[in-house]
Amino acid sequence: MSWWPCRADFLGGAVRNPGSRGGGGARELVGFAAIGLALGLGYLLMPDSLALLTRMIALMLLVMSLDLVTGVGGVATLGQAALYGAGAYAAGIASARLGIGDPLVMLAVGGLAGAGAGLVGGALVLRGEGLARLVLSIAFAQVLHEAASKASGITGGSDGLTGIAIAPLFGLFAFDLWGRTVYWLAGSLLLIVLVILRALVRSPFGLACAAIRINRERAETLGVRTRPILLRLFVVSGLVAGLGGALSAISTRVVGLDSLSFILSADALVMLVIGGTGNIYGALVGTFVYVLAQDRLSALSPFHWIALVGALLIGVVLFVPRGMTGSLGALRYRPGAPGRRLR
Amino acid sequence: MLTILALGTDALAYAMALFIVCVGLSVTLGLMRIANLAHGAFAMIGGYAASHLTTDAGFGFLPALLVAILVTVAAALPIERFLYRRIYGAPQLTQVLMTIGMTFVIVGTVNFVFGPTLKSIVLPELLSGPVDIGFRSIAGHKLLAIGCGAVVALGLWVLFNHTRLGLCLRATVADAQMTGHLGVHTASINAVGFVLGVGLAALGGVVGAQLMPVEPYYALRYLMTFLVVVSMGGAGSIGGTLAACLLLATLSTFTQYMFPDFGDLFLYLAVILVVVAMPRGLLGWRRA
Repeated sequence: MSWWPCRADFLGGAVRNPGSRGGGGARELVGFAAIGLALGLGYLLMPDSLALLTRMIALMLLVMSLDLVTGVGGVATLGQAALYGAGAYAAGIASARLGIGDPLVMLAVGGLAGAGAGLVGGALVLRGEGLARLVLSIAFAQVLHEAASKASGITGGSDGLTGIAIAPLFGLFAFDLWGRTVYWLAGSLLLIVLVILRALVRSPFGLACAAIRINRERAETLGVRTRPILLRLFVVSGLVAGLGGALSAISTRVVGLDSLSFILSADALVMLVIGGTGNIYGALVGTFVYVLAQDRLSALSPFHWIALVGALLIGVVLFVPRGMTGSLGALRYRPGAPGRRLR
Repeated sequence: MLTILALGTDALAYAMALFIVCVGLSVTLGLMRIANLAHGAFAMIGGYAASHLTTDAGFGFLPALLVAILVTVAAALPIERFLYRRIYGAPQLTQVLMTIGMTFVIVGTVNFVFGPTLKSIVLPELLSGPVDIGFRSIAGHKLLAIGCGAVVALGLWVLFNHTRLGLCLRATVADAQMTGHLGVHTASINAVGFVLGVGLAALGGVVGAQLMPVEPYYALRYLMTFLVVVSMGGAGSIGGTLAACLLLATLSTFTQYMFPDFGDLFLYLAVILVVVAMPRGLLGWRRA
C-alpha cells in the first residue's frame, strides 16, 4: 500500500503497533468475526438493553478515535470529546434545523464535522509540547463547549438540542421503540470502522505514526514528516469520533452539552487505558467494561464511583500498563519480537 | 472609572488567590517534571480541612489555616513516596493517568469524609465584612487574598534568589544530574520542593476559598485554570506565573463583565492564542 505519502516502509520490521505483530489476514478475520459474534450475542442476550448497547457502540467509536491519536500516534489529549460533540451537534442540527432525517446522511454529516474539528483541533494541539499540548486540547474542547452553550438558537444551549426526527433507514426500516434498527445500524458501523482502522494501524501510515510515538527524532531522521502525518491522524480520528457522535444523536434523538464536556474526554481516556492502547480492540473492551460497570453500579453515589475509577486508573498504571488487551497479548509474547510498554 | 477600579480589585484578588495555588504547581512541575493534574486536589484537601476546623471544631482562622496546611502536607507525603516516585520520567500519558486517578480518589474520599456540600470557611471578625482602605472599601477576603499573594510572591522571590536553598532549588530545576554531581542531595531538594508546592496549594485553597469556592468538584473545576496558568507562565518561573495569573484574572473578570452571556468563550480563545504564540510561557523568551 503506497497510497499514503510517507516513507514508513523503511521502518519495516522495526516498528509495529501493539497487536499487529505476526499473523496477518487470518488472525484479523478471527478478530472481526469475534466482534460480529459479540454484536449478535448482545442482541440475543440483552434484548431489553439495546439502548445501552447502542450508547456503548457510540462511545466505542469515540474511544477508538482516541486510541488513534493517543495509542497509535502517542499524542496525549484531554479534549477528544470536542470531535465527538462536533459530530453529534452537526448531525443533530442537520436533522432538527435543516430537516435532513436520513440516518446515513446524518452519519456522513457528523463524520465530516468531526473530521473538520479534528483538522482544526489537531493543528492547534500539535503546536504545543508537553503540558502546553494538554492545555491546548482542553481549551479547544472548552471553546466548542462554550460556543455551543452560547449559540442556543441553533444548538438548544444548556437545554440540549431536541426535535431530531429520523427517517427510516434506506426508506424501509423505521426506527422502532426498542431500538432494534439503530442497534443494527450501530453494529454494522462499528464493524466497518473496526476493519478500516485495523487496516490503517497495519498500513505504512499506521507504522509511521507508531514510529513517531516511539522515537520522534529517529522517525524524522528516517524521513517521516511527523507533523503532517499526525495531523492526518487527527482528521481520521475526528471522522471516527464524529461518526460516534452522530450515532448517539440518531439513537437518543437529543444532543446535550455533555457531549462536549471535559468529563467525557477524561472518561474516554479511562476506558481506553483500561482496555489497552494502540490496538483498537482495547478501545472496544475497555468501553464495554466501563459502561457496563457504570450501568450496573448506578446505585453507587457519584463520589464512590469517582473514587473507584480513580483507584482503578492508579492500579492500571502501576500493575497493568498495557491494559486488558495488551496484557492478554503479552501472554503470547515471543522472545525477539518487539514488544512494548505503554508509551 | 469606578467600575474599572472595582473590576481591577476583583481581578487582582482573583489573580493573587490563583497565584498562590499555581506557583506551588509551577514549583513542583519545574522540579519533578510531572504533568501533575492532582495539584488542585491538594488545594481541595486544604480547603475542606480548614472549613471543618473553623465551622465544626471551633478553631480560629489562623490556627485552622496552619493545621490545614499541615494536614495536607501529611496526606501528600505518602502519596509522593508511593505513587509520584513511580512516574518520574515516565511518558506523559502515564503521568496524566496516574495524577487524574489520584485526583478522582481524593475527590471521592474528601466528599465521603466531609460530605458533598459547598463548604464555607469562617473568617476572623476583621476580614468578614468590607474593610475601609482609605479611598474606598474592599471585601475583607479579597484583601486577605491580595495580602497573602503579595507575601508569597515576595517570600518566594527572596527564597529563590537570596538563600542557599533557593540556589539549590533553581539548580535542580535547571539540571538535576549536574547539581547532584556538584554534591547537592537532589532527592531532599525535590522533597522540599514538593512540600513547598503542596503547602502553597493548601494555603491557596484556604485563602482563596471565597473566590474559588470549596465545593465537591473543586479539584476538577479549577484543574483547567491551574494548568492554563502554569503552561502560560512556564514551569518553575515565579514571575511568569504571576504574570499569567494577572493576565488570566483580568481577562476573566473583564470578559465576564462585558460579555456576561458568553461565559468563558473569550477566555479560552485568549488562552489558545497565548499558548500558541508563546509556547515557552509568557516570560519564556528570557530563557531561550
